[in-house]
Amino acid sequence: MAQKMNQREQGTAGVKTGLAEMLKGGVIMDVTTPEQAVIAEQAGAVAVMALERVPADIRAAGGVARMADPAIVKAINAAVEIPVMAKARIGHFVEAQVLEALEVDYIDESEVLTPADEQYHIDKWNFNVPFVCGARNLGEALRRIAEGAAMIRTKGEPGTGNVVEAVRHLRTVLGEIRRVTAAPAEELGTLAKEFGAPLELVRRVKEMGRLPVVHFVAGGIATPADAALMMQLGADGIFVGSGIFKSQNPAAMARAIVRATLHYNDPAVIAEVSESVGQAMPGLEMSTLAQSDRMQERGW
Amino acid sequence: MRIGVLAIQGDVREHRRHLERLGVDAPEVRRPAELSGLAGLIMPGGESSTIGMLMTESGLLAALRARMAEGFPVYGTCAGMILLANRVEGSRGTSLSWIGGLDVTVARNAYGRQVQSFEADIPVSVLGEAPVHVVFIRAPRIVTAGPAVHVLGRLDDEAVLVEQGPLLASSFHPELTDDLRIHRYFSAKAQRFLQDGAASLAT
Repeated sequence: MAQKMNQREQGTAGVKTGLAEMLKGGVIMDVTTPEQAVIAEQAGAVAVMALERVPADIRAAGGVARMADPAIVKAINAAVEIPVMAKARIGHFVEAQVLEALEVDYIDESEVLTPADEQYHIDKWNFNVPFVCGARNLGEALRRIAEGAAMIRTKGEPGTGNVVEAVRHLRTVLGEIRRVTAAPAEELGTLAKEFGAPLELVRRVKEMGRLPVVHFVAGGIATPADAALMMQLGADGIFVGSGIFKSQNPAAMARAIVRATLHYNDPAVIAEVSESVGQAMPGLEMSTLAQSDRMQERGW
Repeated sequence: MRIGVLAIQGDVREHRRHLERLGVDAPEVRRPAELSGLAGLIMPGGESSTIGMLMTESGLLAALRARMAEGFPVYGTCAGMILLANRVEGSRGTSLSWIGGLDVTVARNAYGRQVQSFEADIPVSVLGEAPVHVVFIRAPRIVTAGPAVHVLGRLDDEAVLVEQGPLLASSFHPELTDDLRIHRYFSAKAQRFLQDGAASLAT
């Protein structure tokens, strides 16, 4: 039978980064139940992130946050046609193996969960399922890509409803990319050393003028205007964690954020979709967060 | 010549790059007015439910249907093919078409979830002897095709690249590789539409 079949290659870099390309311009929403997943799909989400608790609740609950119960992941997988992502703890390659066995479409090796390894991230080349990882700067992004990440999201500060860290991290990455593209070839080695990133990937950044993989933003996006702000700054797309299902009217907020992400350059549309959308999630001022409560510091 | 790329969501950049390499202008299309002056339209990969919903909302879907009634060439890849299909099967049964026009039934995600996504070589005789290397990502499967639909490429025994008059559709993504032949084939179709009108593309 194998003779007759066309050769099919699975788990290639092209297949892994390819799915991220298809998500561009879209909104990926955190969901904790199949019902929420359906609301997200009907509102126009391009994917959902299956979780046991959204970041704001993880923050409130404290303790160790782990991969979701497989029963939740399976139920959400069965509920929607759009891709399903799920989070594994940083360095916890067995949680990642479990999620791959559950056939999630993307794994987020995420700082929202409590890290399992404070030195090493998962060797993501070992998997057929693609990974997305968080980053606060270009060096961190390129280290994750070197480990096999097929998509990057800048981190922001999850579960706060405050976009300030997401803006900081996106501006940092884009600013560092501009430094690389402006640098002559002989300076790239020194830049690679400064960023703690492989020279080969720094060269790719210079060639392409952007990250070599799709670049979303996450962490604190709570309104349609927040989403449009990130798109205007240059993001490829948006992750919304607590911002949908911690708002007053999740279905309306989800739809409004999807529309604002599409029409990010059209203030009239953003005004229209922002009207009567209900209360956004309550926000947290960064200075009220203890250093130990900052999730963005996790990952290295 | 200008061939638009539907730019609601998905891998818009990759299609534009392929067209530009062929020397074709490839403006982004988000609004109904942006369909004017085009010789054809490519609908990229992405999430068909998201793209279909936002096209409906902006009036672009109705405007495109009106253009298609005049024989306007459209190429749909993956999600774009789902949007063109007359019938769409999903896990919740068969749903109505989005745009429609292509007489096929497609089943969403029918090659499996992302871990089953793959690359493969597809022989396409109208493009020459060398097979086309393409990428299937959570791809839709063509389950049935009406008599007016010509199969241009198959994976094993199944149709994966089809044509019906001015419409072209593929389960896979030619825009994720460096092979420009399918885009060149579609550009030629658009060129004929521009020069000789809809009749030259009728089945």
